[in-house]
Amino acid sequence: MSTDNNRLYESMGDKTLRYVTLLMAILVVILMVWIGWQMFSSSQESIQHFGWAFITSRVWDPVHHVFGALPFIYGTIVTSVVALIIAAPIGISVAIFLNEMAPSTIRKVVAFLVELLAAIPSVVYGLWGIFVLAPVLRQSVEPWLTKWFGFIPWFKGAPVGFDMFGGGIILAIMILPTITSISREVMAAVPIAHREAALALGATKWEMIRISVLSYSKSGILGSIMLGLGRALGETMAVTMVIGNMPKISSSLFSSAYSMAAVIANEFTEATYSLYLSSCIEIGLILFGITLLLNIFARLLVWSVARGPKGGHLV
Amino acid sequence: MIRKTGRILTAVLTGVLAISLVGCGSQNQTQSSSGTQQTSDAAVTLTGAGSTFVQPLLLQQVAEYQKSHSNVTINYQGGGSGFGIQHLSDQTIDFGATDAFMTDDQLSKAQGGKVLQLPVALGAVTLSYNVPGIPEHIKISPENLANIYFGKIKNWNDPALAKDNPDVKFPDLAIIPIHRSEGSGTTSIFTHYLSAISPDWNSQVGSGTSVNWPNPTGKALGAKGNPGVAGAVKSTSGAIGYIELAYALQNKIPYAYMLNKDGKWVLPSLEGASADAASFQVPDDMRVNIVNGPGAAAYPISGFSWALIYQNQTDKAKGTAMVNFLNWALHDGQKLAPSLSYVPLPDNLTARETAMLKTVTSGGQPLLK
Repeated sequence: MSTDNNRLYESMGDKTLRYVTLLMAILVVILMVWIGWQMFSSSQESIQHFGWAFITSRVWDPVHHVFGALPFIYGTIVTSVVALIIAAPIGISVAIFLNEMAPSTIRKVVAFLVELLAAIPSVVYGLWGIFVLAPVLRQSVEPWLTKWFGFIPWFKGAPVGFDMFGGGIILAIMILPTITSISREVMAAVPIAHREAALALGATKWEMIRISVLSYSKSGILGSIMLGLGRALGETMAVTMVIGNMPKISSSLFSSAYSMAAVIANEFTEATYSLYLSSCIEIGLILFGITLLLNIFARLLVWSVARGPKGGHLV
Repeated sequence: MIRKTGRILTAVLTGVLAISLVGCGSQNQTQSSSGTQQTSDAAVTLTGAGSTFVQPLLLQQVAEYQKSHSNVTINYQGGGSGFGIQHLSDQTIDFGATDAFMTDDQLSKAQGGKVLQLPVALGAVTLSYNVPGIPEHIKISPENLANIYFGKIKNWNDPALAKDNPDVKFPDLAIIPIHRSEGSGTTSIFTHYLSAISPDWNSQVGSGTSVNWPNPTGKALGAKGNPGVAGAVKSTSGAIGYIELAYALQNKIPYAYMLNKDGKWVLPSLEGASADAASFQVPDDMRVNIVNGPGAAAYPISGFSWALIYQNQTDKAKGTAMVNFLNWALHDGQKLAPSLSYVPLPDNLTARETAMLKTVTSGGQPLLK
């Protein structure tokens, strides 16, 4: 009712603002549909040639015109999950520390440094991966894990350093700033009264954080993790430099693998016949689809968490 | 994802923009050249795209050429061999460049008629390794090389390697074969060589800018670009990788002797690669992979990059500028090659290419005087 009334007295500036912003919003939608449609139509040749077998086939052989996406899907998902398992606890811990415990000088310095991580170009992460991370993983970390946890299939096998584990670690570092800064913003938005209320009831610091801060901001924290996952799925350069670029599926994290974004970047430019090019684009389409599904899933998750009894209505 | 779609979008938009610009450019060009037909040095803009391998040489040649021909502007966009072939076929660029020559199938799809393929650059590939305690140059026979990349020779202490290097004491160290992860002319040359010397490789793996690398040991790796392979070899003990000659020479990377067709052990060098190309029977259409050529000095793992132009040019001014530039690049322009660590093309080949350029016509008139 009130908005209708306001609309009557809308000034010229308000109208302009409304139409300009509406136009921009429509542009974004058009852009997304256009990209999706473009990729779908450009990958028709490979879709018709291979059908669903494209997703389940493990062979990628440009010489003999045989293409399959499964190893790339596997490599992308495994490295992203490894990255999340490493980055999510670290990122959330850093956010809690910075928000609830750190003195303001330390908070400013550490928050600045974490955000600086996001400004490093991915090719620099990749170079660091080749010359620093891979040798350390091969010589110390991976042999140690194999020795003590070798009974788990994930940590079996002879370490090379250029593998899914390395790719996951690089990605974890790259998505850390996303998770940390968004979690921190969300936690900072928790009203101070909630904290005071918890403390007044006799809660310890940990109980206060758990009861008032975390439960209030959990949907936002989940959102930050999903944003991080989105970045991990699409990251190209740093991953391709450390993952080993072999299209194979192994239960061991110490095995070289390949990701979807990496194979597109690597082979797109030299795809010399149309089926090859079309297959590269279909990989892009699958990545597009996976990201879309993931975002829908993330929405549902955030929504169901936000509906919970204790949750706030943030995000 | 946002980044990736962003990139694809950028690529799409750039492509659309480039195509529309090229379209506009050619129209304007036609008008201006017809308007100023009397003056011989009307401004001409040529657009090329394709192989990134030849890009540094081509850009240097263009800069040098423009000192004496200020009316000619040549934009070379790179983009990769596939990109170059695609856009030449669609006639959205004036010339292309590729590291793997166009197949009959691709030639039949070219919309502007017959395509001439002219070797404009010569590259060679070296084998580089990281094995503690062995000399800078060891000998690797063709069979051993194929078996290393097949994963059949798994350890540096394999007797087959010791047989060619009786004085070298190889350590007990697993071999990690490294290849280029992205499609590249270097991979094309290397896999053509392996196909030439190993029938098994030819039938099971084949050759091309990207192949399905055998990996029975699970240790094979792909690394991005010459710097990526060189870096992975350097930081991985037991690794072996193939690197473009120019890059290996500039960065002082240890490399192996290869056994050539005449049974001589040769170290990779610009002269050796040139000797390989000179000794080869190059067919009239220039489509040949020159790996494993005869001659005592020939270094066996080398290959051409080709410039692609239509034999029939629709725009006389552009066509004339193009054949003149290419002819210059094949002769005077080759002097720039060694300083950029490309192998200069042998004279017997460039003379034949000039003859090819003389067959380029516009409206039935030959363009190269």
